[in-house]
Amino acid sequence: MNKQVELKNRKIIASQHVKLGQKNKMGQTYTDVNDIFYKAKQTANFMTGSEVIRAAIKVASVGTSVAYPITPQSEAAALIGELYAEGYVDEYFRGESEFAVMGQCAGSAFGGHRVFTTTAGPGTLRAMENFPMWAGSRLPIQVCVTCRGINSPLSIQPDTLEMHYLLETGMLVWHAETAQDLFDYILKGFIVAEQPDVHVPIAVCCDGFFVTHTKDTVDLPPEDLCLTPYDPYRNPQPVMDMETAPIRMMRDPFVMKSNYISYATHASWQQEVKAAVERSRKHTIPLLDGLIDEENTDREILIVGSGTAVSQSREAIRLLEAEGIKVGLVKIKTIRPFPYEEIRRATKNAKHIFVPEFNVAGWLAREIKANIPDNERVYVGPHVAGGMTMPSEVIVEEIKKHLGMEVAARGTLG
Amino acid sequence: MSKEKIVLCDDLADVMPPEYHELVENATYGDQDRGWKDIGSSKELIEQHSLCAGCPESIAFRYILASLPAPEDTVFVGSTGCTSLVFPHVAVHNIHSLFGNQNAIASGLKRTLKSRFPGVEKDVVVLAGDGATVDIGLDMTMQSWFRQEKFTTICFDNELYANTGGQESGLMQKGFVAKMAPKGKNFEKVRLAEIAREAGCAYVAVLTVSKPNRVEQVIKNAVLVAREIGPTFVQLYTPCILEIGKQSMEGLDEMKDSEQIGGRFVQKEYITDEAQKLLDSIKEETKIRKKAAKEAKKLVNA
Ligand SMILES: Cc1ncc(C[n+]2csc(CCOP(=O)(O)OP(=O)(O)O)c2C)c(N)n1
Ligand code: SF4
Ligand SMILES: [Mg+2]
Repeated sequence: MNKQVELKNRKIIASQHVKLGQKNKMGQTYTDVNDIFYKAKQTANFMTGSEVIRAAIKVASVGTSVAYPITPQSEAAALIGELYAEGYVDEYFRGESEFAVMGQCAGSAFGGHRVFTTTAGPGTLRAMENFPMWAGSRLPIQVCVTCRGINSPLSIQPDTLEMHYLLETGMLVWHAETAQDLFDYILKGFIVAEQPDVHVPIAVCCDGFFVTHTKDTVDLPPEDLCLTPYDPYRNPQPVMDMETAPIRMMRDPFVMKSNYISYATHASWQQEVKAAVERSRKHTIPLLDGLIDEENTDREILIVGSGTAVSQSREAIRLLEAEGIKVGLVKIKTIRPFPYEEIRRATKNAKHIFVPEFNVAGWLAREIKANIPDNERVYVGPHVAGGMTMPSEVIVEEIKKHLGMEVAARGTLG
Repeated sequence: MSKEKIVLCDDLADVMPPEYHELVENATYGDQDRGWKDIGSSKELIEQHSLCAGCPESIAFRYILASLPAPEDTVFVGSTGCTSLVFPHVAVHNIHSLFGNQNAIASGLKRTLKSRFPGVEKDVVVLAGDGATVDIGLDMTMQSWFRQEKFTTICFDNELYANTGGQESGLMQKGFVAKMAPKGKNFEKVRLAEIAREAGCAYVAVLTVSKPNRVEQVIKNAVLVAREIGPTFVQLYTPCILEIGKQSMEGLDEMKDSEQIGGRFVQKEYITDEAQKLLDSIKEETKIRKKAAKEAKKLVNA
């Protein structure tokens, strides 16, 4: 588990059950994911995160998508409906609640489709019982989580607390910083999650509004290329389509009977799901170019973050640099699998590690603290919650305060 | 699935369990006229069950599995409850995911199978308890009917939550004293059949499992109507003998009593005109086919 993987000359193997170069009914050419990203000409587009989700799904060879409105993903979910009407997605409908939607997604995945859905905040929590079920059933469904508040009183503001709840579901959890990440992670996420030795669901998370509702420049491959479709038979479980002989899948029912057998079965099953998540590393590393990005990690002060907290940190680092304070940066791309080794290595020289987060729990700081030596080096913060923005100046102040430096009065910085 | 897919690999045949050999050699996959009468002379699609001895759910399973029009292309969706303990022993693909979400799973599954196999009828059949169908899952049960999802929902109505030890359920009779209804249930048994009719089911049937021929007919009707027209619903009384204090051999009498005139489970059906027309035409076709087969047999014998 968790061994470092050699990056050089590695290439992810995507399904080739449909001949590469063949065209689908929309005239798009099935293309290897590596070629889509690294060979095809990319064109810059200025678009919102919601439009980016649409652009990704247009070339993702998705079988089924089930939708339910909740801000800030409603627009994206409706745009996928347009793709369905145009013929780019085979099956699409509105479910009756997020709990039902995730069940409908599961039914489609059990039946052998590539499945995509989106949700946010209360929707994620309403759906929660389904996520470990997806993982335990080894369904490589992708849910795009456009994070928003889950607290009462009702909030639609950006907040990443819901990701905390996803961490032990057995899903892959990736966190996009930008609209470009979002596009890349959606497409690459399908390919990694569907590898037979992985074959678990994936949550591609982004920070609501900051990513979904702002415009950004995104490089897109040509629209007439598309991912090779999902091959349901590259699967650790039988597809529920009666195309393979029905075997007795369990000697005994999964509950009751011999409790000794039951315990052993469930324990090993849970371990296998965890191991499958870890096995995704070797496919993810070449596609995402590592589970983390590093900038100047030889420095004594480091910021480690994920999502848009990374963008804010970049600006904070620029401001600090202007004052002669040198700070390095680690961007975490995959929260599950968690890049333990990479983080340990990248923080080796750091004396102070700051973890800015958009949630009240500070879950990322906890993860890091739990996994590096001398964890008193980790400063849990700054964190904001409830939809507050995290101006770069706040990060600057917090770092300086913690280091015992003088902090200028608010409003005079930068 | 063509029947040829259920074959034994010669090299591994000696390590396959005998019941699998029997399944390959003597099950009724692909037999157009399969039905409850095959029980005893062919290999059943249920190997064994882990229900209480004498539980009527077990005989209900056997009749249903014997009556499916095309088990070789049928996928079951179950739910949590006593029924979920049986599915691991059933030789038809089946899904257990969560408690109460069975009709949501079936909606996604049916649409996907339709999309993946445009030329083949893949039947989806939900089989769940009354708690799953009516209480925790009512929203998803009804919404699938509103959306006109083309699959069959079968409810094993034992009028309580059996698997968790006999608590009150929506389909329990009024006044029944149960766990969580210590003073007796204070509202009427939910009229699920009428709800199903109003929610858009093209075929609805309520009965007990005391008579296999009736169960066979109803299951065939429900699956065939779901293929062509829209959602169908079958509510079967499968009393929980354990929780109502009956002996193993008393289940049948309990069912027979409940289907007497004035009883809760007098057989009833609601069939839309469209569904009736379809069923009539299927009946006619079957008659002609069987007659032709008989003639052909006569000719051969002559
Ligand atoms: C979300 C959730 N809530 C509660 C349960 C506990 N539970 C398991 S089976 C069951 C009762 C099943 O009753 P019914 O659907 O009538 O089936 P029966 O056992 O009577 O055949 C309950 C409440 C559960 N498994 N999941
Ligand atoms: S508890 Fe009741 S319903 Fe469940 S198996 Fe026993 S008799 Fe049947
Ligand atoms: Mg019950």
